[in-house]
Amino acid sequence: MDGIVQLQRQLVDYNASLFHEGFLDDQFNQLQQLQDESNPDFVVEVVTLFFEDADRLLNELTKALGQPSIDFKRLDAHVHQLKGSSSSIGAQRVHRVCISFRNSCEEQNVEGCLKNLQQVKHEYSLVKSKLETLFRMEQQVLAAGGSVSR
Amino acid sequence: MDSNSVVSWPRLPENMDSFGLTQEHSEEVHVLAVDDSLVDRKVIERLLKILACKVTAVDSGLRALQLLGLLDEQKMPSETIVGLKVDLIITDYCMPEMTGYDLLKKIKESSTFKETPVVIMSSENVMPRIDRCLEEGAEDFIVKPVKLSDVKRLKDYMTTREVKGESQDREGNNYKRKLIDTSDVSPSSPPCISSSTLPSSPSLVDSTIRRLKMTSTE
Repeated sequence: MDGIVQLQRQLVDYNASLFHEGFLDDQFNQLQQLQDESNPDFVVEVVTLFFEDADRLLNELTKALGQPSIDFKRLDAHVHQLKGSSSSIGAQRVHRVCISFRNSCEEQNVEGCLKNLQQVKHEYSLVKSKLETLFRMEQQVLAAGGSVSR
Repeated sequence: MDSNSVVSWPRLPENMDSFGLTQEHSEEVHVLAVDDSLVDRKVIERLLKILACKVTAVDSGLRALQLLGLLDEQKMPSETIVGLKVDLIITDYCMPEMTGYDLLKKIKESSTFKETPVVIMSSENVMPRIDRCLEEGAEDFIVKPVKLSDVKRLKDYMTTREVKGESQDREGNNYKRKLIDTSDVSPSSPPCISSSTLPSSPSLVDSTIRRLKMTSTE
């Protein structure tokens, strides 16, 4: 029994830390509230869609910034999409970098865009790894017979 | 347009709670959700299903029009899916090819769906944009990211509308009230007043009249 309690405590603490450190904001909490017995994998499903979306968009952004002549409108369109989906799942830091990135696009600032791309890739890889850890910990609790309560 | 025309809303039973969970006898509320983002479609679908709505989610304005039988190539009434009932359309504003605003216009121009409430969602909290959508007949405007409380509000006023008929009480519509209180009315385009957009709040009536007077003296 102690094992489950321990795991659950670690999960709660880890979850809280993600909010504390600004990786996640209230929107993630909103999504957690939408999960129940009838939809037990809702959060993982949405976040997985976000990962797929982000991977694709970061690819597009890298390609677009590698062109000899940069299409800032196209660039901005991709950043707008990433900004939207990161906001929808509560990936706060990614969302914030996207806002700066859009400004760089508007200003047609190549240096700024390159920097923002590095930043967004960094923030994305951080939140991705943190969320994967969170989901792994949830699985451990469930496997040990505990419940993941919201 | 006849202001006393019958609006067919789903008949909701008296014993239905605010979550619509006790709907056994009446039809489910059917919502058409339009958003090019897969993540957002997934979220809005879940939010609406929690409120016991039937949801059809599409990824573009064109697909929405196709479903509603409103594409130019579908001008014949027989093209519309027989018995298609859509009680609410909720659409993203920023979409490639056709924006939510363009979709709103097409819906309001149609004879079949102009009475259907249309709600716009956008990540950008831009007053002129919101104003423009509301002027065009949008029922409400939700700033993304969409939360359960946003969607609950929609369900609330749909029920209200059904019960109260044409003399709608818009008091429950917090966002719109805020807009009425703070918006600075300027004459943008010729006013397009139809009974479906008749305002009930005095301040909006005044501003509309002001707009009418300004354009008539030009």
